[in-house]
Amino acid sequence: MKSTFHIALLTSTFLSGAAWAEDVTLTIESWRNDDLTIWQDTIIPAFEAANPGIKVVFAPSAPAEYNAALNSKLAAGSAGDLITCRPFDASLELYNQGHLADLSGLASMANFSPVAKSAWQTDDAAATFCVPMASVIHGFIYNKDAFDALGIAVPATEAEFFAALDKIKADGTYIPMAMGTNDQWEAATMGYNNIGPNYWKGEEGRLALIKGEQKLTDAQWVAPFATLAKWKDYLGDGFEAQTYPDSQNLFTLGRAAVYPAGSWEISGFNTQAQFKMGAFPPPVAAAGDTCYISDHTDIAIGMNAKSAHAEQAKTFLEWVGSAEFASMYANALPGFFSLNSTAVEMQDPLAQEFVSWRGKCQSTIRSTYQILSRGTPNLENETWNASANVIKGTETPEAAAQRLQDGLASWYAPQQ
Amino acid sequence: MAAKKPVRWHIAVFLAPALAVYTAIMIIPLFGTLNLSLFNEEGNVRVFVGLRNFITLFGDPLWSNAFWNALGNNAWFFLVHMLVQNPIGVALAAILSSPRLRMAVFYRTAIFVPTILSFVIVGFVWKLILSPIWGIAPGMLDMIGLKSLFAPWLGKEEYALTTLALISVWQFVGIPMMLIYAALLSIPDEVLEAAEMDGITGASQFWKIKLPLILPSIGIISILTFVGNFNAFDLIYVAQGALAGPDYATDILGTFLYRTFFGFQLQLGDPYMGSAIAGAMFAIILLGVCVYLFGIQTRLRRYQF
Repeated sequence: MKSTFHIALLTSTFLSGAAWAEDVTLTIESWRNDDLTIWQDTIIPAFEAANPGIKVVFAPSAPAEYNAALNSKLAAGSAGDLITCRPFDASLELYNQGHLADLSGLASMANFSPVAKSAWQTDDAAATFCVPMASVIHGFIYNKDAFDALGIAVPATEAEFFAALDKIKADGTYIPMAMGTNDQWEAATMGYNNIGPNYWKGEEGRLALIKGEQKLTDAQWVAPFATLAKWKDYLGDGFEAQTYPDSQNLFTLGRAAVYPAGSWEISGFNTQAQFKMGAFPPPVAAAGDTCYISDHTDIAIGMNAKSAHAEQAKTFLEWVGSAEFASMYANALPGFFSLNSTAVEMQDPLAQEFVSWRGKCQSTIRSTYQILSRGTPNLENETWNASANVIKGTETPEAAAQRLQDGLASWYAPQQ
Repeated sequence: MAAKKPVRWHIAVFLAPALAVYTAIMIIPLFGTLNLSLFNEEGNVRVFVGLRNFITLFGDPLWSNAFWNALGNNAWFFLVHMLVQNPIGVALAAILSSPRLRMAVFYRTAIFVPTILSFVIVGFVWKLILSPIWGIAPGMLDMIGLKSLFAPWLGKEEYALTTLALISVWQFVGIPMMLIYAALLSIPDEVLEAAEMDGITGASQFWKIKLPLILPSIGIISILTFVGNFNAFDLIYVAQGALAGPDYATDILGTFLYRTFFGFQLQLGDPYMGSAIAGAMFAIILLGVCVYLFGIQTRLRRYQF
């Protein structure tokens, strides 16, 4: 009786195995529920047409719940075959726990630069566990109509930048720059980490900081704070209580001329703003200097180490690493730029402008994201607070830098 | 020899459901948290560390500065409630209980309504009212010629906490008002009539007769305010976020606990230090309640009618 049951069970397993072999279904875990239609209508049909026999299901959950939901699914063994990866420590932790497979051997990994891969590697860069999908680029979006009306040329150097702001302020029609300090993160993300790479020379400074060769109190790390301190005079009345949505609305309603931005704003601004927009990279100190941009690695995709369809999943990941996917994804989501080394043709002019900086500037990522925000006090959170304080003028650039350095040195051995 | 007293089982039976629920969702988690605060993680293994988390919390300047800042802010938050909310609550109750006041029911309801609103709505509405960009506060001040008094209150270190405390006062002033109102109504008419016979009327009747009679209620309100304020979290979180800006000026124990326990942005949660903070909060509240119960309440004179 018992053996009959076992045979029946085995048979059914084989039969279902045979059925699977005909048509394998891969499930993608993701937090990008905003992108559901893009995956279903554009990306997945393209993959399935090229790879008969593999079906793909995009199964996103809400962004705020994603990490917790994914962790419990992985622990229970019910997670999908493909896992959308958050950058740095969240995914590294999954890899260390054995949930994400090592993908260093994928052929398409060659299509990505070391910076692009850095967010999904072990600290020694020996293993890469997710295929990079997209990054967001920082810079400034400006109101082209306002600039034309006031006869302002797009600033390339810092002096031109502040001259332009002075001119807008003197004219009085527009608030020169739309940013508030109420939510704090804009000051750090769109302020410090936007303009900073020009001072600390992008990757050079960022890696030196991680190695402990530079300190946050060095001139190149204090200088961006000193520049931020000058922004105060160009922000709107009551910027201290201005929130992130306030700033977005001020700009898209045409009341402010310059918006310190991340490229993820592009699609939202395209629908909201009734005027022409342009963008420029963070201005450099003197004309002709090498420019550096924050091209922050934001999203990637990896493989569940316990997936039953590892071969098919790898086929899919190889495809994600291809130029075809890069072009499709970048055009469907302007502002989320492909990390693929192959140049991608994009239709959106604002997105084109942002991505063109990769050709003339050096790319780096936000200085606080890799390794340096693992301890307490958390460097990223402290940088929010310090940047907001410096813009408001309640803390001097030197004092803010000193505080960040003391906090970092308190737990990070290479800085001690 | 008297018959043996029957065992009164019904007391235990009727207490059991409430006791079971309370134990399951309050007492066990409370001791679980206190227990967790004595552990920490070393190389992914949970180890017993005794009071080391508390030594870190009070001894390491990085932690203790944040803790004392949160405690100081919390004390100010409580003080504003005691100095503004409760006196206004008592005054409103005194006015409402005056028999000559018309539409008393309307006022009572209108003042009490904000109490039943969600923190999220209160925080959001007040943030909009006070917004320097779209808010109605600058315009209204402008109408009476006081535009110069306007400041982006929620964004300034020196005003933000007081502003939030006053928003909370606005929301909750109905609670002391209702409690005191009920206490005032329970004062027997004979007492008041006797006072009138002796020529004590109006304001002096309030100060000399009614106030001493409602003092126990004021005591209860004070302790409720204390517990509520030192457990507060929602309003600050809704209005200023978990970082309790500007520059931690509105950081109270609740937001400090939240940030530590659950983590924030790139900061991963630290349940062990979080539990230590929760333990400290528990001690503070317990201490405050004990001071009240043994130091003040036993000395309050009670009148039996």
